[in-house]
Amino acid sequence: MSFRRSALVATLSAVVLTAAACGGGEDEAAAPEPEVAEAPEFEAGTTMAEIAESGSITIGTKFDQPGFGLETLDGELEGFDVEVAKIIAAELGIAPEDIQWEQTPSAVREEVIEGGEVDMVVATYTINDERAERITFAGPYYEAGQQIMVAADDDTITGPESFTENPDLTVCSVTGSTPSEQIREYLASDSQLVLFDEYSQCADALGNGQVDAVTTDNVILLGFVSESDGEFKLVGEQFTEEPYGIGIEKGDVAFCEFINETLAANEEAYVAAWEATAGQIEGTQTPELPEPAECV
Amino acid sequence: MSPVIENLDLYVDGFLTSLSIIVVAMIGSLLLGTLIAAFRVSPVPPLRAFGTFWVSTFRNTPLSVVLFFCAFGLPELGINRTFYFFGVLGLILYTSAFVCEAIRSGINSVSAGQAEAARSIGLNFSQSLRFVVLPQALRTVVPPLGSVIIAMFKNSAVVGAFGVGGDLWSTGQTLTSARGYETLPIFIGVAIGFLLITLPAGAVLQVIERKVAIAR
Repeated sequence: MSFRRSALVATLSAVVLTAAACGGGEDEAAAPEPEVAEAPEFEAGTTMAEIAESGSITIGTKFDQPGFGLETLDGELEGFDVEVAKIIAAELGIAPEDIQWEQTPSAVREEVIEGGEVDMVVATYTINDERAERITFAGPYYEAGQQIMVAADDDTITGPESFTENPDLTVCSVTGSTPSEQIREYLASDSQLVLFDEYSQCADALGNGQVDAVTTDNVILLGFVSESDGEFKLVGEQFTEEPYGIGIEKGDVAFCEFINETLAANEEAYVAAWEATAGQIEGTQTPELPEPAECV
Repeated sequence: MSPVIENLDLYVDGFLTSLSIIVVAMIGSLLLGTLIAAFRVSPVPPLRAFGTFWVSTFRNTPLSVVLFFCAFGLPELGINRTFYFFGVLGLILYTSAFVCEAIRSGINSVSAGQAEAARSIGLNFSQSLRFVVLPQALRTVVPPLGSVIIAMFKNSAVVGAFGVGGDLWSTGQTLTSARGYETLPIFIGVAIGFLLITLPAGAVLQVIERKVAIAR
């Protein structure tokens, strides 16, 4: 099942990425390279020691999320999640070129962590209780909120309540994501919700009029708005809070604390990473590093 | 199996959605496939060419690509329907090519003398096909046609990845990722849902096969 799925995702994203790439976009300023720690010392037996010794780390992120994790045409990854991951890797003594990137769409993130395929997942990963039963979250490193994106000439949708009032309106989100669950309480019927594997497919469906709106975290939507040449816009206020965490293996408290300390010690790099990536998108504000949650 | 019991209502909804996709696609692909098979054996060259083109296009294209063109290509041409419609349409187009070839093999198994006899008593092409050749052909193709249809039942899971919410497959996805359930029991539940459709379908096929078998 998972093989078939990932093959499908790969095929689709190849098509979608090619199509999306035709839209073009301005070059983003390169993020400053974080300073790589030289031969850092860790207590034997910890995840940090293992990773530092092996000299490479496997990190899951999204490949289709403008501003957070996006694969460019030359195969490079750029985005805030990618830069945050680099900061952590650098503290482990791993240079950016030694990081193995794994594509992790919303639906597979717990699986790849539990299966040990990745060391951590930094992929616009909202912390919630159900997920926290299977994996451990470090962070949060960012607080997003869910919002709604519609076509620029659409005045009928003003917020999530519009879906309750007009049962003909459809809204797109990603299978198995938190926004797709949270929008359900505003829907008059389940058939209003259209689900895809990736947000880029939702944006395509909105572009060709197949759905009336796309909902997910505001920063993700802002990325699509900025790439759409005025075709899309955001409406309404944020109606949820989505703290983004870094997913690691369940119960690895030492690694979790290490990540939180690393982020706290690198606030400058954190701000620079934001300004070079998601901060380039119009309408975003530079965040402050949120207080870390307790590691469990 | 408690995650499945806890979410039984979701499974029932998913089962019904999958069942409706399957029933509509089965009827559609059987009708369309028979029509294309008639094209492929017809005496009119353009119709034969069209039939051959149809089969080579849809039999040689992966289902996910056919569905992709339905869900994202047709709207670009200004055709806006629900994703349920596009999903079922893609499944019908894809399956019709296989149905066509199964039925054509049955038509070829009917001896030429039958068609000649039909023409000699004054039936035209479509009449001889309808009243003489197809009734005999369909009897011999029950087993291969059954395999094609059961394969389509299982292929219907792919439709869930193209915006059709709430079928068995996407129900499994939602439960495992957004609600954080373990994968294995959830997808065993999905598999049971499909077996509840495919196993009885296999039994029905056997009954049909026995009923229509020609005593030779």
